[in-house]
Amino acid sequence: MFGVMRLTNTAQGDFIILGAYAAIASLGAVALSPWVIAALLLPLAFAFGYGLQRQVLNSTLGRDPLPSLVVTFGLSIVIQNLLLQLFSADPRSIETEGFNTQSISLPGSISVGMLPLAILAFAVAATAALQWLFNRTQLGRAFRAVSDDKEIAELMGLNAHHVYALATAVAFVLIALAGALQAMRTTVSPSDGPLLLLFAFEAVIIGGMGSFWGTLVGALLLGITQQIGFRIDPGWGIWFGHIVFLAVLLVRPQGLFPKTRG
Amino acid sequence: MTPLLEAKGLTAFYGDAQALFGIDFQLTAGEMVAVIGANGAGKSTFMKAVTGLVKTQADGIRFQGDRIGGLPPGEIVKRGIALVPEGRRLFPSLSVEENLAVGGFSKRPGPWSVERLFKLFPILAQKRAQPATSLSGGQQQMVAIGRALMSNPTLLLCDELSLGLAPIIIKEIYDALPAICAEGMTVVIVEQDVALAQQVSQRIYCFQEGRVSLQGRSGELTREQISQAYFGISAEEAPHT
Amino acid sequence: MSVQVHRSNPNSRRALVGAGVLLLVAATLPFWAPAGSASSWMREFVEIACYFTFAMMWNLLAGYGGMVSIGQQAFFGFGGYVMLMLGNFAGVNPFVAVPLGALAAGLIAVPVSFVAFRLQGGYFAIGTWVIAEVFRLSFANVSAVGGGSGTSLTALRGIDKATRETATFWMALACVVAAIALVYLFLRSKRGLALLAIRDDEVAAESQGIDVRGMKLAVYVVAAFGGGLAGALYFVGNLRISPDAAFSVNWTAFAIFMVVIGGIGCIEGPMVGALIFWALNKFFSDYGTWYLLGLGLLAIIVTMRFKQGLWGWVQQRRGWSLFPTRRQLVTGD
Repeated sequence: MFGVMRLTNTAQGDFIILGAYAAIASLGAVALSPWVIAALLLPLAFAFGYGLQRQVLNSTLGRDPLPSLVVTFGLSIVIQNLLLQLFSADPRSIETEGFNTQSISLPGSISVGMLPLAILAFAVAATAALQWLFNRTQLGRAFRAVSDDKEIAELMGLNAHHVYALATAVAFVLIALAGALQAMRTTVSPSDGPLLLLFAFEAVIIGGMGSFWGTLVGALLLGITQQIGFRIDPGWGIWFGHIVFLAVLLVRPQGLFPKTRG
Repeated sequence: MTPLLEAKGLTAFYGDAQALFGIDFQLTAGEMVAVIGANGAGKSTFMKAVTGLVKTQADGIRFQGDRIGGLPPGEIVKRGIALVPEGRRLFPSLSVEENLAVGGFSKRPGPWSVERLFKLFPILAQKRAQPATSLSGGQQQMVAIGRALMSNPTLLLCDELSLGLAPIIIKEIYDALPAICAEGMTVVIVEQDVALAQQVSQRIYCFQEGRVSLQGRSGELTREQISQAYFGISAEEAPHT
Repeated sequence: MSVQVHRSNPNSRRALVGAGVLLLVAATLPFWAPAGSASSWMREFVEIACYFTFAMMWNLLAGYGGMVSIGQQAFFGFGGYVMLMLGNFAGVNPFVAVPLGALAAGLIAVPVSFVAFRLQGGYFAIGTWVIAEVFRLSFANVSAVGGGSGTSLTALRGIDKATRETATFWMALACVVAAIALVYLFLRSKRGLALLAIRDDEVAAESQGIDVRGMKLAVYVVAAFGGGLAGALYFVGNLRISPDAAFSVNWTAFAIFMVVIGGIGCIEGPMVGALIFWALNKFFSDYGTWYLLGLGLLAIIVTMRFKQGLWGWVQQRRGWSLFPTRRQLVTGD
């Protein structure tokens, strides 16, 4: 969303949590496998994202970053409190019938969890899909054109508002996927959103803005850094990740694989 | 014969500041008309008004008899008007070929295609996969013209094609124009170079401070008349044009 | 033909007189208020004064400096913790420690800016949030100040409640006056004009010879100082500090709320916003999550409909200006 329309979605983490709760709630209501529920949620997320952009967020776009920031910040508060009201503060999660405890044995007596492996596979697939979408499809061309020069893109016949809404719709599909996976991986509670936002942001900066594969690498690096921190002392795990992020910002502000110009 | 494009008393504003004060303009199909004038005279504003990038009153402009004032740019392109913008304004994130492809988004029936453009400007075929802004100024101008042609317009507007280009490149580009016009395309060029404008076009409009100060057939206008209209002073006092 | 630059107008002069009277009335509150309620009024005022000061500083940074930050709570908490540490460990009188805490916050803003200024726009906003989180986690891991659960301000134990509350109240009053005066005088100065130029167009301002980097740093430090002042004051009133309370993003959220509802980029805006916030707080805060939800929705709707906030809307309609910082050219012969 930031690349296409310079919109900072401060509620992104909260939307992920919202997606997680949506999956949890649907599981409670309908007796289907969690994977099927997640798949069904994706088109809903697409529609939701499209609607949100067209009705609410499009009017906040412009030279000033403040309106979009305030509106998404407001959305963050609304979502957190809504979830708190509906589900209480107790952490919830999705049961995957033991999938989250299964593992594969690798040589050298290392065992790798099946769920983390599946999540990694999803992440790689999603990154590849985004890369393909942006570089090889007409829609991706539209994204890039509109983000480069909205006025001239409109001159070519592109409807910027529609294109923006499609970008947000795609983003929300990923958000819904992330939410479902998060709930399977660990427990979620209504106030988890902001931290997820910060992690996503740090991954983008470390990896380099404008590069999808860069963000994936950044996320992996961040995760590893946090784990190292946790090993040293549980209280400093996340702090360590933040510090590494700040260090990258100081030493190499453009990130590891930068692509965008400013 | 109904004019292809007609403007009557056209006004345009940038916010509260008025830029065009009642422009009267007529264009018949197949013509090549030049618009000249000093910087800030309103030439580019006029181009933007025709293409819908600047808002004007609803009945200020008629194209093929229909009112187009106030329509969004996308609509106007669909009706057959294309603009080569001032400063080219290519999409930096897109390659040469992709820039052309975006131009074809509002595809209308007609002879222009990516292959045909590569025949017109062979150098672009060689650089088709490169980012559009990595090309030289003259080549970028070719891409910009190509991008406008991709929608198969009936009216092509060219805003300051020669800006920032070396004379030999300018010649190359203007040499390609007849090939474009041979198809029956109507062309309006905005030019700072008065001599070039007179050479290339059949009729000239001169803008001064948001108004039309002179119009006539290129061959019939004298240097004195043009100076007067361009600068508002006589030819003896004017800087050498 | 001579040209003069005028700043004040009849409305603003009346407002100044009115403000002076209000100030006098407020300062003498401990003496004329009925016995039971004086204490609670003063406590409420201290709290709203902290919110207001913090909002004014956020407004200075975002509305005038053009830097939208979601991490100002870093300085709020830092000021509070420094005040507490000076009071508890160095034996400094906490009331003296308040401006010292503010000073510390201003000082630490300098190294922080080295990192924060690497980012722009929306990324700057989130980056400052990360920095605030680093502050929070750092203090949460220091057991000397109580780690994650915080600690109490023991240095004020000796003083009786009434004196303490009155002193805090006057201090809060002084802070509010100081915050308004500081921002107002700053904006009326030549630096203020430079700041407005930067906000509108950075490149153009730089080409006129304005030191953009220096100005932005100055504004950032001043905003940090003010933030630290609000924080130190708050915890003198609250007596108990913890990392979650001191560095909570809610401080910035409320500041944003007040500024956006009231109107950004003008001095009257946060005042209107703070009053509305106080009123909403008083009547609806019992509703817990619904109240916060309502605040969020209100902020969204006001941003979408009244881009200039409520005061800005009034200003456009009526042309009122109580703290005029605009300069009008008056030509005289």
